[in-house]
Amino acid sequence: MMTAFWAVVRRDLLLALRRKTEVLTAVFFFVVVAALFPLGIGPEPHTLRQIAPGVLWVGAMLSSMLALQRLFEADYHDGTLEQMVLSPTPLPLLMAAKLLAHWLLSGVPLVLLAPALGLQFDLAAESLWTLSLTLLLGTPVLSLVGGIGAALTLGVRGGGVLLSLLVLPLFVPVLVFGAGAVEAQVSGLGAQAHVSILMAMLLPAAFFSPWACAAAVRIAVE
Amino acid sequence: MTASLSWFHYAAPQTFYGLAGRLWPWVAALATLLGAVGLWIGFAVAPTDFQQGEGYRIIFVHVPASWMSMIIYLAMAFWSVLLLVFNTRLSGMMTRALAPTGAIFAFLSLWTGALWGKPMWGAWWVWDARLTSELILFFLYLGYIALTSAIDDTRRADRAGALIAIVGAINVPIIYFSVKWWNTLHQGASVSLTRAPSMAQIMLWGMLLMALAFWLYAIALVLYRVRTLILQREAHTAWVQALPEVAA
Repeated sequence: MMTAFWAVVRRDLLLALRRKTEVLTAVFFFVVVAALFPLGIGPEPHTLRQIAPGVLWVGAMLSSMLALQRLFEADYHDGTLEQMVLSPTPLPLLMAAKLLAHWLLSGVPLVLLAPALGLQFDLAAESLWTLSLTLLLGTPVLSLVGGIGAALTLGVRGGGVLLSLLVLPLFVPVLVFGAGAVEAQVSGLGAQAHVSILMAMLLPAAFFSPWACAAAVRIAVE
Repeated sequence: MTASLSWFHYAAPQTFYGLAGRLWPWVAALATLLGAVGLWIGFAVAPTDFQQGEGYRIIFVHVPASWMSMIIYLAMAFWSVLLLVFNTRLSGMMTRALAPTGAIFAFLSLWTGALWGKPMWGAWWVWDARLTSELILFFLYLGYIALTSAIDDTRRADRAGALIAIVGAINVPIIYFSVKWWNTLHQGASVSLTRAPSMAQIMLWGMLLMALAFWLYAIALVLYRVRTLILQREAHTAWVQALPEVAA
């Protein structure tokens, strides 16, 4: 059973390596959005430091939303998803594998890139650590919750815009505590509580989301 | 055996169509009556508030609308669970019929809240926990409606909508507690189950009457909308063709 899990993870990573642009587009989107805000607001370091947590988190959220559309799309069109539904391996397990691969491709680059962008916003070193830590805990939740929306909008008219309307309201708690943690760190309160709550969101999401994704995929392919 | 039979008797669209047709005029009439009495109490009988003046009277619309927007989302989640568990067609139609009414109530709650906030706080909008979570609830309704209307196959649309409604219902409390982080200007709850209400008896009566009227209004509207949905989806069946209102 676990061989199937790792096979799906490896396959998705391999497919992404063959088509690098798709992964890189979402990552560069994050960089571009983060660069636009100082241009729009002005280079005043104090202001930038204040808006940095919110801007970087919203940027990461939108970037991972863009990546979500890819999660099931290709597999849906070439029939792989149907075979996964029919396969004797439990569908939630395969969904968990796809979600893990998706997070490795869309979430991890954001985690690694965020400190560099945070420097542009004049964040202090501890705040940069907090930013990376919250993204490390928060982006999996985005992939997990967003995956349900991605499966539901498969092959639907206006899928991309619809996906954002469905999924963005559900991302609110992650945004509040993710950006809140960095803000608390910047203002010297410490991010301990926020980080614990993010962790508390990640665990149930990781447990339930593969099942919900499996149900959504079954609805989509039947 | 017999109990379960009668329980599912009205789950068939054909039988429910007749039941809804018999019920909705009565419910609508009762809603009008209670609404009229409630508005009369609210605007004529209830005394002027010593802190907020006449402006507080919007509470008689605002609070029931907010209650209904939340209750209808729960009702949608309830019917969604029934749909996914028992696979009854009527559950899907009920969920679809509830969504527009819930969205309207959420919008009405935000709108009347803005009208109330301007004279009381001096701002149309503040980023307070309850306002923000009501706004997000409104977005959830819009997402549900957008998703179900984007899918042409009704069976898939119903089931996809049911899943997102359940996911949303699980998220609503999480969203509420997370946006509670910035607890600002919103006054504390006026009515709660754990302590004595902090308002005059007559105001409470007005509000409860209005809440009841909103309940009945929502039920009447949903029954009517379900009838339309049933006609739309069962148009090809013999029993719909045989209905006097269709045959004519």
